Amino acid sequence: MKILQEGIGELLQPPDVNGFREWNRKKSKSLIDKRMNDAEVVRRFIHEGDFIGTELYGSVRCPMSIVNEIIRQDIKNLRLVGQGVYESDVLLAAGLIKEIDYTYIGLELYGISHVIRREIDAGRVEKIVEWSNGALVWRFKAAAMGVPFIPVRSMLGTDTFKYSAAKLVECPYTGDPIALVPALILDVGIIHVHRADKYGNCQIDGITGFAYEMSRACKTLIISAEEIVSTDVIRRQPDRTIIPYYLVDAVVHAPFGSHPGEMCYHYERDEEHIQLWAEVSKKPETTQEYLEKYIYNLKDHQEYLDLIGEERLQYLQDIVPSRG
Amino acid sequence: MTEKNYNPNEMLICTASRLMTDDSTAFIGTGIPMLAASLAQKMHAPNLTTIFEFGGMGAILDDLPVAVGGRRSFHRALSALGILDVIEAAGRGLIEYGFIGGAQIDPYGNLNSTVIGDFYKPKVRLPGSGGGNDVGSHCWQTIAIMRHDKRRFIPKVDFITTPGYLTGPGSREAAGLPPNTGPYRVVTNLALLGFHPESKRMMLLATQPGVTVEEVLECTGFELLLADEVEENPPPSEEELKILREDVDKEKFYI
Repeated sequence: MKILQEGIGELLQPPDVNGFREWNRKKSKSLIDKRMNDAEVVRRFIHEGDFIGTELYGSVRCPMSIVNEIIRQDIKNLRLVGQGVYESDVLLAAGLIKEIDYTYIGLELYGISHVIRREIDAGRVEKIVEWSNGALVWRFKAAAMGVPFIPVRSMLGTDTFKYSAAKLVECPYTGDPIALVPALILDVGIIHVHRADKYGNCQIDGITGFAYEMSRACKTLIISAEEIVSTDVIRRQPDRTIIPYYLVDAVVHAPFGSHPGEMCYHYERDEEHIQLWAEVSKKPETTQEYLEKYIYNLKDHQEYLDLIGEERLQYLQDIVPSRG
Repeated sequence: MTEKNYNPNEMLICTASRLMTDDSTAFIGTGIPMLAASLAQKMHAPNLTTIFEFGGMGAILDDLPVAVGGRRSFHRALSALGILDVIEAAGRGLIEYGFIGGAQIDPYGNLNSTVIGDFYKPKVRLPGSGGGNDVGSHCWQTIAIMRHDKRRFIPKVDFITTPGYLTGPGSREAAGLPPNTGPYRVVTNLALLGFHPESKRMMLLATQPGVTVEEVLECTGFELLLADEVEENPPPSEEELKILREDVDKEKFYI
């Protein structure tokens, strides 16, 4: 296949599909109890320099209890797959992110991320490689397929391509130019779900975002769940299981684990808290004060929930509209 | 000039909304497109199938979505799948319109939402492509919604995040993008713009009420083609304004 053009972005995580197969072969296939707490999960599975991904994103079904614990344990030099809002902002603000496969980091209707700009200026974020959301999910899909790349028709003709690590080739079938994007195999993926059993069989309500593809594209998969259910509940509706147990390494019980984000049908997003972050993150001093108050000074997720307060959490549940 | 009973944002939303046709599929980005889609569903396009990036398809926009992945993006929807299904539907040619925004646009409709200034030493780091590049690559017709000024409408964008007609006629196809796709309209607070069928350069189709052609040209940082007859958009109707204020954005997120 003739290579016509190459993106100048660095390939941050080479697609070692054979290594991935060997890794997956060694993964336990037994139904063992994988429950543990945030502190143990982060200590055991997340290491300095790891390439990590969180799903979905900061204001929707996001594993915030684990993100906060990564910050508490100060795991540095992380590389991040960046489709993020609040969660990537706090990781960046804590100075833990070195390299990003980047597609979106911002605060949705509250505009740009001030933190990413400061981290780039300070030189703590050393590498940013551009992709589109489509390219990213296709990179996960390639990893899920066990192949080193996948042809896509996104990014063509743009600077998004130029600053990526994609390649432009002549299609061997049609002769037309087409982009190839490399498989993205994460060291650690972290996904928050509605319910899981102790073995890691997971069900998600509502849209599934990147969860299907990402869960199949990581060496280590950490699940946090609003609810731990008996395997009987899973077996009653196996068609609802999006992530089967053998993909999963750890299961954390994290009620309100997505706060300040939403968890559809359980609780709404905490608009005031998201606005608070949008405001305090404008300045380094207030950003640090926020991190102290809501993360560093707290022992664990339970203390975080205590700080947010039962009344507020109850309110976020009460305002969930009916599904009719 | 008579006192207007609406603001520029409301005009922008109405203009975008009128472009959304019934019985069609439209990819809806964050912000104004959400309001426009909701208004269209309540006005002339009850069967507009809205498609949101992270998997919501066919939502009824009773409550205004604030996030493209939030539960309102699949409220009473027809399906709630994932991002792959949505992007691939566009890739197979199933999504007619893509409504997106950007910080800068050039005469060929190329959009920048990645960076102002140098990529490595940015003046402003913008949120990035997200699904923008995919929408502009795969949807049949892309509609950009922008504020209109000389810093945004510029001869050359700092970074092409999302492809317009790239460098002119034939360049999308030469780059490998699907044929017969590309920018269709640009909706701004001052005007409705399209693209010349041959040269693929941006063309003024209509001004917003009370705005002159000269004002539009003055606020555009490149030479703008003029349609044979530049029309004036009708102002928001009583009905549009009522629905917009009392129903679409009843929580006052945007207007």
